[in-house]
Amino acid sequence: MRREPPQRLADYGPLFFPAGMLIVFFVVPFATMIAVSVFQREQGGFYTPAFVFDNYARFLSLFFGKVLGFSLFLAIAVAAACVVIGIPFTYLLSRSPRKIQIVWLVALLSILSLSEVMIGFAWSTLFSRTAGITNLFVWLGLMAQAQALTPSFGAVMTAMTYQAFPYTVLVLYPALVRLDPTLTEAARTLGASPVKAFFTVVVPALRNTILATLIMVFIFALGSYLLPQLLGRPQHWTLSVLITDQAIYQSNMPFAAAMAVFLVLVSLALVGLALYAGQQRQAK
Amino acid sequence: MSGLNLNHVTKQFGNFTAVNDVNLSVPDGTFVCLLGPSGCGKTTLMRMIAGLDLPTGGSIQLGGADITQVPTHKRDLGMVFQSLALFPHLTVGENIAYSLRIRGTPKDIQKKRVDELLAMIHLPGFADRSVAKLSGGQRQRVAIARALAISPKLFLLDEPLSALDAKLREAMQVELRQLQQRLGITTIVVTHDQREAMTMADTVVVMNGGEIRQAAAPVDIYRRPADSFVADFIGQTNLLPVAADSAGRASVLGELVEGIALPAGAAKGMLSVRPEDVQLTAPGHGAIAGTVTFIRDLGGAIETFVEAGGTQVIAVSSPRNRPDVSVGQSVGIRLDPATSVVLAR
Ligand SMILES: Nc1ncnc2c1ncn2[C@@H]1O[C@H](COP(=O)(O)OP(=O)(O)O)[C@@H](O)[C@H]1O
Ligand SMILES: [Mg+2]
Repeated sequence: MRREPPQRLADYGPLFFPAGMLIVFFVVPFATMIAVSVFQREQGGFYTPAFVFDNYARFLSLFFGKVLGFSLFLAIAVAAACVVIGIPFTYLLSRSPRKIQIVWLVALLSILSLSEVMIGFAWSTLFSRTAGITNLFVWLGLMAQAQALTPSFGAVMTAMTYQAFPYTVLVLYPALVRLDPTLTEAARTLGASPVKAFFTVVVPALRNTILATLIMVFIFALGSYLLPQLLGRPQHWTLSVLITDQAIYQSNMPFAAAMAVFLVLVSLALVGLALYAGQQRQAK
Repeated sequence: MSGLNLNHVTKQFGNFTAVNDVNLSVPDGTFVCLLGPSGCGKTTLMRMIAGLDLPTGGSIQLGGADITQVPTHKRDLGMVFQSLALFPHLTVGENIAYSLRIRGTPKDIQKKRVDELLAMIHLPGFADRSVAKLSGGQRQRVAIARALAISPKLFLLDEPLSALDAKLREAMQVELRQLQQRLGITTIVVTHDQREAMTMADTVVVMNGGEIRQAAAPVDIYRRPADSFVADFIGQTNLLPVAADSAGRASVLGELVEGIALPAGAAKGMLSVRPEDVQLTAPGHGAIAGTVTFIRDLGGAIETFVEAGGTQVIAVSSPRNRPDVSVGQSVGIRLDPATSVVLAR
């Protein structure tokens, strides 16, 4: 097939659909959000068009700074946990018999069908004092008394990692399946133990995939607003929780929009930084 | 006992026996070729020697120690894989230095050794190149250098040259053999190419169906094949039925041939005669009668196809001794007992 540069308007036809979708579902809402973020809030009501930076100014406080810091920290922690657990898991999965692989992949896919609400309530039951896993530990003699594990940071981390884990595996799986198994065998014949071969060959060979997975889970975790509320204390609430709170309960759309814009900018900056760092190391 | 010893080594995958009761003794410093058709168990046998697969039966000794259960990374060997398995995220130099780095060798010693090995494989100054940018032959050499970095006791190569084109392959065969002789390292190469095996090996091990059919020097494999499989697999041969009468006189294709004897008591057997040992003469006078059906002139050799007693016999001669025959002509075939090998049926 010969490829020619498009000449008539109709030649651009195939682009119309994706471009339209992008405009309707991304450009318009995002532009609206930016616009709203500089609007004036009306006490007890909605908002009026204006061009003020009050909403951003209000945001620049220690309190919101701390919340933003915690949100980023939580998202990075969840991304790191997912990748640290996900790589060995997916590596072993990709080397196991076909039947076992299918069972695991179906199970992981079915987690994707669960909503955040269901995952949140399931974990809050599991971590509760009356019906939770600590009762099992007591029964096994590992614990003297059943106790509540929620609300706590650990509970938030666990549930969010659980929620993001299937995505992690689905992104890592194709790369690990394609990885030539003789690479690790070669490393073993060269004197590396299986564990050393994993860290010196599998992990470095997958660097780009791992970076992509980290970024994906990071962004995914940044948007989580139900699990921190269901399983955490107020100090574990993320910026997404505050945005929801402002937008829905306080009816302060302009402030919510300002926070959302800020969150998007900060996460874009972090992703850019990660990609830049990745490229630097590759160029080395 | 030093060297490499395989005792009754067997590998089963479920009900399927991939390697069956293999016994082989490889003295230090020898070059052995495992030769056989695809699927005969060569790779499986090599993987067991490397420790990548564990045998389901038998034992393996290296340098007097039993290594049957020793994990691969403690076996002191170097291996070149069919896919080469060069690490894509490392440069040429880092690939070669991998085994040294794993062992915590100081950086400056690593660098010295890499330069040494790059000189050995005729690629000096390649240390900082990316492996993706090398040609097939260069990748081949880097894989060899990487496997030899720690000067292992045993050097294993699984079809190392199969991805190269014919010319380069022949050149690499000679180079590999010279390298092995210079280093004096015990080497085992898997191949399905008999020319390759004949070029490089001190000992050719012919395998089929998971079993060793014959292990001997290349000339012996060619001149004295142990059975009809080996005779047929190594080079070209004529397999002719032999029958013995009650007096023990052997006849080939219905004609008595002096000097050939079947094992005592056997009434039937096979005679393997290399095409270059078949003599075409005038018919009669005790020669086997046949008719020329086809003549193929390959320039360097002339192949004459003769039909005799329902069997096709091929004779090869050099252009100097071009037989004076034409298609359809009746000829006589003479066999020299000294170059004919009697095999069991
Ligand atoms: N992991 C395995 N599971 C089952 N069968 C195998 C396995 N590896 C090899 N085989 C079988 O063992 C036989 C020998 O294989 P292999 O040693 O690779 O042959 P070669 O290298 O001589 O071509 C083949 O029939 C192959 O299908
Ligand atoms: Mg093979």
